[in-house]
Amino acid sequence: MKNNSNPKIIVFCCNWCSYAGADGAGVARIKIKPYFRIIRTMCSSRIDPELVLEAFEKGAWGVVVLGCHLGDCHYKNGNYKTLRRINLLKKTLKQFGIEDERLRLDWISASEGARFAKIVNETVDAIEKLGPLEVKM
Amino acid sequence: MARIGVYVCHCGGNISEVIDVKEVAAFAGEKSDVVIAKDETHMCSDVGQQLILNDIKEHKLDKVVIAACSPQFQGATFMRTVESAGLSPYVMEMANIREQCSWPHFDFPKDATEKAKDLTDMAIAKARLDESLKKKMMPIGKRVLIVGGGIAGIQAALDLGDAGFKVYLVEKDPSIGGHMTQLSRTFPTEDCAACILSPKMADVPVNPNIELLTYSEVKNIEGFLGNYEVRIEKKPTYVDPAKCTCCDDCVDVCPAKVPNEYEEGLTTRKAIYLPNPIAVPHSYVIDVESCLGQVPLACTKCFDVCEPGAINYDQYAEEINITVDTIIMATGFEIFDATQKAVYGFGKYENVITAMDMERLIVHGAEGSPLRATGNRIAFIQCVGSRDEQVGNENCSRICCMYATKLSQLLKRSDPKRDIYVFYTDLRAYGKGFEEYYKRAQGDGVKFIRGRVAEVIENSKTKKLTLKVEDTLTRNIIESEFDLVVLSVGLRPNGGTDKVANMLRISKSPDGFLQEAHPKFRPVDTLIEGVFLAGTVQGPKDIPDTVAQASAASSRAIRLMNKGEYEAEPITATVDEDICCGCAICVSTCPYDAIKIEVSGDRRVAEVNEMLCKGCGSCAAACPSGASQQNWFKTEQLRAMLSAAL
Repeated sequence: MKNNSNPKIIVFCCNWCSYAGADGAGVARIKIKPYFRIIRTMCSSRIDPELVLEAFEKGAWGVVVLGCHLGDCHYKNGNYKTLRRINLLKKTLKQFGIEDERLRLDWISASEGARFAKIVNETVDAIEKLGPLEVKM
Repeated sequence: MARIGVYVCHCGGNISEVIDVKEVAAFAGEKSDVVIAKDETHMCSDVGQQLILNDIKEHKLDKVVIAACSPQFQGATFMRTVESAGLSPYVMEMANIREQCSWPHFDFPKDATEKAKDLTDMAIAKARLDESLKKKMMPIGKRVLIVGGGIAGIQAALDLGDAGFKVYLVEKDPSIGGHMTQLSRTFPTEDCAACILSPKMADVPVNPNIELLTYSEVKNIEGFLGNYEVRIEKKPTYVDPAKCTCCDDCVDVCPAKVPNEYEEGLTTRKAIYLPNPIAVPHSYVIDVESCLGQVPLACTKCFDVCEPGAINYDQYAEEINITVDTIIMATGFEIFDATQKAVYGFGKYENVITAMDMERLIVHGAEGSPLRATGNRIAFIQCVGSRDEQVGNENCSRICCMYATKLSQLLKRSDPKRDIYVFYTDLRAYGKGFEEYYKRAQGDGVKFIRGRVAEVIENSKTKKLTLKVEDTLTRNIIESEFDLVVLSVGLRPNGGTDKVANMLRISKSPDGFLQEAHPKFRPVDTLIEGVFLAGTVQGPKDIPDTVAQASAASSRAIRLMNKGEYEAEPITATVDEDICCGCAICVSTCPYDAIKIEVSGDRRVAEVNEMLCKGCGSCAAACPSGASQQNWFKTEQLRAMLSAAL
């Protein structure tokens, strides 16, 4: 594990909407805190909840899963699958005492750069307060 | 063991002014499997690409990592580079250290450099596990759906039809032609709009490759590039165009009068009507909403008087199902609803009209049958519904400065006694010949005043209008009386666009117009494969730009269809037969019915149909055993990226 003094946030983005939205934030030079790392998949429905757990296990302070807005999925209904999977995972995490703010699911269109920046900055702010994740079993 | 080359791009300062690219390259060079790591000013340039090609040869690289811009920007370029060296394009990975690092983190150069290292490390981790995937060739036909029959749709249809492609041109109104049929002249050349448009409209139905579906709406679209299934509803016109001679006898006897939308409601039309004088198809239509006699048959006056027997009340809406390979969206615009800008009194004061009304007044005036008096003092108010946060439209509509310049000149020249003022925010004469045209209007005596009009007040007795405005060049407050006020209304997305755009899941820009795939290099593509944009559906633009974009969209569509096959990405799902237990969870997860269970003896194994799989990867996420995987996004690759990031 690397230096753990700054928050470390993994952002899963789908190729079509949220990754393009993230690029849009950069193109518009919207200031975002530099503590997130994006992993791109074609659709948010590729994100197996186990991958989210693995991110936490490997030391992520928080995880954000971003897809296209509901109804706008490039693959018909992939984001509905993501919605069900991640919401179920959030319930499970709660049972382990992991704070709700550490896992965020949201929707961003290809043109919503400002929204991407807002969601990431909000998540960083919330997680900076919580500090690194410590799971007490 | 992989042999990886890593290249860190400066992007001419875009990256290197924030990120220490040399440090990133040095960091990458220390990583296992990395044979060589360099930095270069422009990786996408010929020099940069040549550098990669030479290194692949010299150092026998089998994987390439490029830390530069977004893969959505130059990914395709670098894929071609490695492909030309004989490698699979899918052994190239990009670390996005521009859009997602140097640009949003310009204030945190140290952290940005650390992040760039992580992103590069993540790309290296993924590249190690990349397989040499090959692109699949998929069959594609030569059929195009064009939604919208304005000048954009017409131009695209003619280009594609002439090039030998089958075109279905769908228009919701009874005639093609769109808004351009309503215009008087076009700026800056002052061609008569109808005269230059009508030959193009007439070319459409006679083109053997174009199937024209007017009075029709797209009800549903499903599918993908090469196989879009489209359901269209064609409304009945109750008139057989083959028999109709356009004699006008039916119009004379029809008792139902309604506002004429073609004339912006300045005149009325009957329930049976010719949509406009240059309508194509050139045939009457019964507007069933206003006709008195349909259910029950109360009035049959038109039927009784029609000598050729063209009227048929027994027509019904027709459902048409077609399959097309590509789609061009050309649904255009509608003008801003000026009643939303209450301070200007449109809809309340009889002498406040829109610029589109003025187009119609000028056409009728030139024909010697003026629709109404205009008076001598006429004011144009610019930016009505554009550049206005109060009404929620921040964008400039681009065409209003020039159409006001045109209308004011036409008015002034037809009667030099007229006193014409244009109140503008900024005068934007950006196009070819526009500045000269603006100067000509000034020379003709049209007065241009810089200032946003605050309010229009009507004198209830004389119906004259007083404008309050600050001349921001002289800083004088002007209160002046006019006979007529013309609102230069902006362009809004056509209300019908959303429905079709949602079927295709095309993104919208914040201004509501449809979004292109890239503002500079893919201005007519969308992010949906095989779907293109033509004209004002993408944003306000004038006629030459619309026509240029329509031709560009057809050329982009031809590029995909011409060869009869296209390269599809091999990022489809795969199943490891040794692990698969045949539970069929993936079958129910797949949105394309691309997976089925093969049974042989007592073994049940999932099998993916690569032709149908679109590569979303949802089966890979759902598979409980890990047998189902997505090429290029295998679980072990995503896990390796996580390890590198954390």
